[in-house]
Amino acid sequence: MNHNQPVYTDNDPQSELVTLNLGPTHPATHGVFQNVLQLDGERIVSGVSTIGYIHRAFEKIAEHRPFYQITPLTDRLNYCSSPINNMGWHMTVEKLLNIQIPKRVDYLRVIIMELSRIADHIICNTIIAQDTGATTTFLYLFQFREHIYEIYEEVCGARLTTNIGRIGGLERDFNDIAFAKINKFLKEFPKALKEFESLLNRNRIFIDRTAGVAEVTQENALSYGWTGPLLRATGVDYDVRTSEPYASYQDFDFEIPVGTSGDIYDRYLVRNEEMWQSVRIIEQAMEKIKSEPKGIFHADVPEFYLPGKEEVYNNMEALIYHFKIVMGEIDAPKAEVYHAVEGGNGELGFYLINDGGRTPYRLHFRRPSFINYSMFAKMSEGMLLSDAIINMSSMNIIAGELDA
Amino acid sequence: MAKATNTEIIELLGERFGEQLFDVTEPYGLLTFSTTKDKVIAVLSFLKENGKIDFNFLTDITAVHYPEKNHIAVVYHLHSMVRGIRVRLKVFIHENEPTIPTASTLWNAANWMERETYDFFGVKFEGHPDLRRILNMDDLGVHPMLKQYPLEDPNRVDKKDEYFGR
Repeated sequence: MNHNQPVYTDNDPQSELVTLNLGPTHPATHGVFQNVLQLDGERIVSGVSTIGYIHRAFEKIAEHRPFYQITPLTDRLNYCSSPINNMGWHMTVEKLLNIQIPKRVDYLRVIIMELSRIADHIICNTIIAQDTGATTTFLYLFQFREHIYEIYEEVCGARLTTNIGRIGGLERDFNDIAFAKINKFLKEFPKALKEFESLLNRNRIFIDRTAGVAEVTQENALSYGWTGPLLRATGVDYDVRTSEPYASYQDFDFEIPVGTSGDIYDRYLVRNEEMWQSVRIIEQAMEKIKSEPKGIFHADVPEFYLPGKEEVYNNMEALIYHFKIVMGEIDAPKAEVYHAVEGGNGELGFYLINDGGRTPYRLHFRRPSFINYSMFAKMSEGMLLSDAIINMSSMNIIAGELDA
Repeated sequence: MAKATNTEIIELLGERFGEQLFDVTEPYGLLTFSTTKDKVIAVLSFLKENGKIDFNFLTDITAVHYPEKNHIAVVYHLHSMVRGIRVRLKVFIHENEPTIPTASTLWNAANWMERETYDFFGVKFEGHPDLRRILNMDDLGVHPMLKQYPLEDPNRVDKKDEYFGR
């Protein structure tokens, strides 16, 4: 008997498929969701995705909360870039109420949104590197997420679940420390990003692990409803910021990077280039703010924007508005509105139906992670388990946005 | 290609479907119209395959429950990336017979969106390949987004609907 050759019999465990529970709490999934995979050796034969482990019924809760109390719920969708969700929600309500936002507020919002896009992409790209075995790059770039959180802290007081801004503008103006921190970030981040790219972009091991893995055609990506960097990596130049500009994005000069094959390497490159473009946008916004009148950080809409405490104590009108806003008694038109923003993972949409009550009649979140993820089990078939893991990290599935 | 206008789409659809499309409105510039559930797949595939408008992208499927009128509205948001325009299509179905043909034959994205709608509203998408609950547990027994299910303990006196202005 030759011991170098494996011997299979009918009931030999080696000849059978192995069922592997990847998740719900597995360090490689970076979130709470489960995949039950059938493995033949290291190859995935089939998979079933189970989600909903952190479902918190936000759509139902939103039907019982006034508009301003829904902002903290949106924080917890994509918690890696909460400010985009917050501002997407504010802009939805502003669209419903027909509020015109001053340019300076738009620019301040753009700064925060682009910072959070960078934070989101830092997480995704460093984690792709981490999952391919490159821990160093993760540590190099991840500290800049910390710097971004410090900027949030200066602007709104919170770090992760930011609840940033208000309907009608921002809660407070950026102070000098915030501007100084943004300037410091703009000076230091490009160097670090360049270093990060030089460690990975032409790294043989990284390219071998990512290039040509999990390729997706444009037809497939569109059919599965992909948006954001994943769709752009396949070569479709769709970005909500340019196709339907919101928050004065039309004033900025930036490019939408696209890939060609939709593989993991392309997704990585697209996200990296988007970080460069975000830096460009923030620089332009910092420049534009200088020519805008100082001190404006919200639209002049007293019936919707919560007045300052001092005014409430000294001014009868402000007291009335304060009471009405806190009780949710604002006159919003009975209408339905859909508003989309470009989130970290793609088109983040809010479908709001208002029936004149204090709370939305119906609020639906179009969550890019949820829709992007539906292809995962299908595209894992025939893939190596180790490739499926980095495929999952490159899709940047955020459990909060997946489950809502 | 130049951006399409709402009138252009209304004309194209009117030519093809005539009276089968109704309630045409444009809230906040977004063309909205309704159809019946027998016609929904024909309308969706016309929108998707017509080369002039090319609604290649399914943005979203969701539902809204209107208990006073005993119906559930299934709402489709479509997007033409080529012509840079969106439309919203609504189909009203009776809440006692919540069935509608599936759109997953046209877009793969509809698969999970319809599962979510089924999970929360109990809308049965006929022909769907895998119509199971997606976010809630399998033995929940109810479809929680329907309006008859309260958010919190219904005996609480401080959470009545009247305090929320309806």
